[in-house]
Amino acid sequence: MSLDLRIPMGLMFTIVGAILAIYGAITRGSDLYQRSAGMDINLIWGCVMLVFGLAMFLLGRYSDTHPKAPSHEPAEDPTERPRVPGH
Amino acid sequence: MNLTTIDWLIMLLYFAFVLGIGFALKRFMKTSKDYLQAGRALPAWICGLAFISANLGAQEVIGMGASGAKYGIVTSHFYWIGAIPAMIFVGVFMMPFYYGSKARSVPEFLRLRFDEKTRAWNACSFAAMTVFSSGISMYAMARLIQTLHVFDKLFISLGLPLDWIFHFAILLSAVIVLCYIFLGGLTSAIYNEVLQFFLIVAGFLPLVWVGLKNIGGWHGLRAALPASYMHSWHGMGSPNTNPLGVDWFGLTAGLGFVLSFGYWCTDFLVIQTAMAANSEESARRVPLIAAIPKMFFPFLVILPGLIAIATPALINGAAASPIASAPAVATIPGTPAAVAVSGPKAAENLNAGRGLIPAKVDPVSGKVMLDTHGQPVLDYDLAIPNMLLHYFPTGILGLGLTALLASFMSGMAGNVTAFNTVWTFDLYQSYINKHASDAHYLKMGRWTTVVGILISMGTAYVVLGFNNIMDTLQLVFSIVNAPLFATFLLGMFWKRTTGHAAFTGLASGTIAAMLHHGLTLPLGDHPGIHGGWLHVIHYYPSDMALNFWQAIFAFSINFALTVIISLFTKPRPEPELVGLVYSLTPKPVEHHMSWYEKPSNIAIGLIVLLVALNLVFK
Repeated sequence: MSLDLRIPMGLMFTIVGAILAIYGAITRGSDLYQRSAGMDINLIWGCVMLVFGLAMFLLGRYSDTHPKAPSHEPAEDPTERPRVPGH
Repeated sequence: MNLTTIDWLIMLLYFAFVLGIGFALKRFMKTSKDYLQAGRALPAWICGLAFISANLGAQEVIGMGASGAKYGIVTSHFYWIGAIPAMIFVGVFMMPFYYGSKARSVPEFLRLRFDEKTRAWNACSFAAMTVFSSGISMYAMARLIQTLHVFDKLFISLGLPLDWIFHFAILLSAVIVLCYIFLGGLTSAIYNEVLQFFLIVAGFLPLVWVGLKNIGGWHGLRAALPASYMHSWHGMGSPNTNPLGVDWFGLTAGLGFVLSFGYWCTDFLVIQTAMAANSEESARRVPLIAAIPKMFFPFLVILPGLIAIATPALINGAAASPIASAPAVATIPGTPAAVAVSGPKAAENLNAGRGLIPAKVDPVSGKVMLDTHGQPVLDYDLAIPNMLLHYFPTGILGLGLTALLASFMSGMAGNVTAFNTVWTFDLYQSYINKHASDAHYLKMGRWTTVVGILISMGTAYVVLGFNNIMDTLQLVFSIVNAPLFATFLLGMFWKRTTGHAAFTGLASGTIAAMLHHGLTLPLGDHPGIHGGWLHVIHYYPSDMALNFWQAIFAFSINFALTVIISLFTKPRPEPELVGLVYSLTPKPVEHHMSWYEKPSNIAIGLIVLLVALNLVFK
């Protein structure tokens, strides 16, 4: 399959993370965060998701441009694998 | 519920990506193998995460949070005892047969190992169960959307009647799931299950973090809850001294062996993701990879339930926003009683409840429901939704809600793809049209998606109309599933097992489960849907005890009868069973793997981790 899931998934997490982080930065110190134990959870978690999303996206892009990267195993027919006799 | 633009934006983004993945995959769907088996070309980690995600549907997320709130840490047995050992077993021992036999589905494996009638039995019961399960997911999602008032503002601003929300939610989920499966088949379902896995983690991890921080961390949680909530093995010596109503034997044999092995090792819903892996090695690693996050999922889905109980209800002025009580299952959407109470009434119902868990309200009288001891009956199913509403400000609330909706959809999707495959290969190709072209089966697979979704929608409305249908369906599943594992166990590990024996054993096990249910009853229940509909000869302390013992009973009957009949019938010649039975199949080569790649070593690591977790939370 030549669509690496990490690319769309990374993209989605990056965009959602960025939205949350920007919104969190704008609303910093607002009463909104009384709910979340005083933490600006939008900013913090937005940044976490942004980093995760970027990492996924870049990993996906890297293995797309370097097809022999270890995350892609050769697509041989698995059912023809050699076996040793049983005991 | 007050959703702002930012919450909607996150939700819409998710749906755009889900559909986008379907469209992107469409061009790769050239053969029925691409469509129904994901081309058998996916890496192990993707299949591994999809393996647990397929099971992480709505009932799982909402239900585990609810059980956490009701019973405490003991709920984690459903993960630790009730999943991990079975996942290890299927990866190490059973996957070489599923994958190596080239069977395209679990029923097809039964045909290769036994005969047509055993396959037909399994294919029919399984196909029926998948569409019903997917309908239940759809129904539960529509109910939750209604209870949380997600679309209320939108409907009011558009001038539409509020009682259309239920239909709108059903239609919306059906259309989205239909689109992405119709386009990208199993690959699309698996990719979206992985996406959903990460979304659930991203949505629930901050919930646990904020919740724990608010009540003073782990120590605060311990201090706020009764001691029994924090232990998983206390009182397991006798059924009367623990909340589940079962002793350690019933728990390990019923849940840990029969039910969990029956589900994780034979249910095509989860096995299909492992069979989509790109090699036999990957396929064996799939359940083992899945077991790692599975082991830690109690902290993500059960812990919020405990925190919900420990959270003081009236703080931060936020108490009015959590939902006070879900409408009863049987009410018709749109009737005044079906709209959950909010405002001053909400605070009143929350006061009658515990922590963030409201008391159940009688939909007719509007009064708090009381049990036989005069205590309010709590609506535990609202533990997780109320946690989201209580702790999440707008922004991340959109993320949490999206995670919840995603879990409902992927619960549906896995069922629909399993139905596709079993219908196309095991029923249509085997009994209706044997010699069509591959293009024809690809087309059949695609259009079966539409039919599967339509039947699911029908089921969702049937569930809506009948009070007890949900319980009935769960009951039928447990009766059909309980004896199944004995058939696979004997088939794979005893070459003498014959087709006639397997079929008779399976049918008798199912009948035995039905009889057991008709003759026993949980204490305090009336004969009927909960059991005892023939004649009550034994009482169990709880529903769960009845369920576990029923499974043990059905399994034993199937096992014993299959063995006895096998001894009296003619076995198949050994050369025919190579690749299907353990003792006759060459062992998979493992020389070229590093020590950490060998399934047996991963399995040992998992067992050590499992024991450690049980000791920490004993």
